[in-house]
Amino acid sequence: MNGRWRRAGVVALTVVGLLAAWEGYKAVGPVDGASLGGVRLLPRADDRSMPHVGEVLGALARPEVDAPGSRTVGVAVLTGVLSTLRLALLGGVLGSAVGLALAVLMQRLRLLEAGLLPWVVLSQTVPIIAIAPLITGWGGAVRLGPWAWTPQASVVVIAAFLAFSPVAVGALRGLQSAAPAAVELFRSYAVPWRSQLLHLRLPAARPYLVPALRLAGAQAVVGAIVAEISTGTRGGIGRLVIEYAQQATSSPARVYAAILGAAALGLLVAGLVGLVGAREDRRAAAAVEVAA
Amino acid sequence: MSSTRTTPGATPAGGPGTAAAPAPGGPAATPAVEVRGVVRRFGAVTALDGIDLVIERGELVSLIGPSGCGKSTLLRVVADLVEPTEGEVRVGGKSAHRARLDQDYGIAFQAAGLLEWRTVAGNVELPLQLHGVGRAARRERARELLDLVGLADFARHRPSQLSGGMQQRVAIARALAERPSLLLMDEPFGALDEMTRERLQAELLAVRAATGCTVVFVTHSVPEAVFLSDRVVVMSARPGRVAAVVPVRLGTAERDDAVRATPAFAASVVQVRAALRATEAPR
Ligand SMILES: Nc1ncnc2c1ncn2[C@@H]1O[C@H](COP(=O)(O)OP(=O)(O)O)[C@@H](O)[C@H]1O
Ligand SMILES: [Mg+2]
Repeated sequence: MNGRWRRAGVVALTVVGLLAAWEGYKAVGPVDGASLGGVRLLPRADDRSMPHVGEVLGALARPEVDAPGSRTVGVAVLTGVLSTLRLALLGGVLGSAVGLALAVLMQRLRLLEAGLLPWVVLSQTVPIIAIAPLITGWGGAVRLGPWAWTPQASVVVIAAFLAFSPVAVGALRGLQSAAPAAVELFRSYAVPWRSQLLHLRLPAARPYLVPALRLAGAQAVVGAIVAEISTGTRGGIGRLVIEYAQQATSSPARVYAAILGAAALGLLVAGLVGLVGAREDRRAAAAVEVAA
Repeated sequence: MSSTRTTPGATPAGGPGTAAAPAPGGPAATPAVEVRGVVRRFGAVTALDGIDLVIERGELVSLIGPSGCGKSTLLRVVADLVEPTEGEVRVGGKSAHRARLDQDYGIAFQAAGLLEWRTVAGNVELPLQLHGVGRAARRERARELLDLVGLADFARHRPSQLSGGMQQRVAIARALAERPSLLLMDEPFGALDEMTRERLQAELLAVRAATGCTVVFVTHSVPEAVFLSDRVVVMSARPGRVAAVVPVRLGTAERDDAVRATPAFAASVVQVRAALRATEAPR
């Protein structure tokens, strides 16, 4: 109970610390930065490169364009965050489901593990920038009845592509963690493989699954944002970061407002996955207490 | 593995109250376990070499021998968890495979192998649940069994909250859940301290008297083998063979701790020790 407040305190302190560092550097850092032989050593501290924190927050309240009835930057950022959140969650869930299914298959068929696991691990090194156009291209050919492929679908697929690997690897380790004695016991029970999976391997995998899902959540957010940027999908926070970056000369604070939104999105997803994990953590803590 | 489901009703009798005598309805001549000419090789290692062993119904037989002589392998061959390379195993007149599918035996091994995410009662209920026994019947049976092993008050506990001896009791209760006619135990008390061990030995004899089941018991303790057994099978290593079979005659009445102090007990211990020593080939 105490731990939760302490953790919230640490998070708050970190945020304050970051803001203080930002303003501190801005106060004492060289306005034009510092270079040595053409290599920049210190970033510029001028108002365009590093707007004041207050200015960034102020930008949120200002209208997006100079026209009557324009939405504020804050509303635009929030809309973008929610849109990307939806895609990241869809991708995270889809990727986790695929990862779990792959883990079950690999556990069942040793041969498949040998053939597949290296590719699962390698898939993480594929740059999204490279596969984004491919997925958009392949997707364009997909048509399911009245439903045609949308750019959002590409974003979901890319987020899922980044999320599946940690779940596949973590879940496989978990499924294989069942004690040999217990596996033998189930064999003596002469039950179908499905019973072994349900009553032995999946419960044994639970402690491995939670950290894997945490990682998958983070990956899905990064995947969704980068996918929005590299496929040019509109409506999300990724695209907004790019749009605002193009306006950086006139309103530099906006870029940071959008980046703030992206960071908030990451925290939001981490919190959601954390809810899933909290139960498991309490369980583990209880077990440790008993053992001690 | 698709036609492996068995109805619990099909499980042979031998539950509490059944006398230790051979089932009156069944063919009295059929032994509980018949091992004939069993050879098992693991690559170049011959773990079992021509094992012949017949165990009568209701008998308690211990397997003892130096580490690596194939005791566990023999037990697993009987349980149909390891295939013999050569030879034949019959359990209650059936093939070992059939007996496994029919859940004719219960197993308890050195590692209690309890599932940490289940309560003590949940662990005892596991085989019943897996074989489709209804919730109420499961609860009732688990309560009964936990009573039998003296853990009625711990039904809602987690396995990790129990001592090693208590965990082993849970494993025994679980092995008895489906009223098996045969109990296969591989050093079940091997990791326990001497006091707990002796108490559990007496409890095992009580359970056996109550259920009348046949027991095959692997151990590396001579006094344990003598205290529990009707016969002690002494095995030799490399390759694993039956070196001697020592009958133990301590009277047919229920044994209690006083037996350990009798001359007959001491004589049997000496006999088994001598047989064990003889397996260590003079080289
Ligand atoms: N699954 C296995 N794979 C390879 N060798 C094994 C396996 N199981 C047992 N053995 C070998 O068979 C021999 C007998 O082992 P085991 O039956 O466990 O002996 P014990 O239980 O009497 O100590 C040993 O040499 C052991 O290394
Ligand atoms: Mg052994």
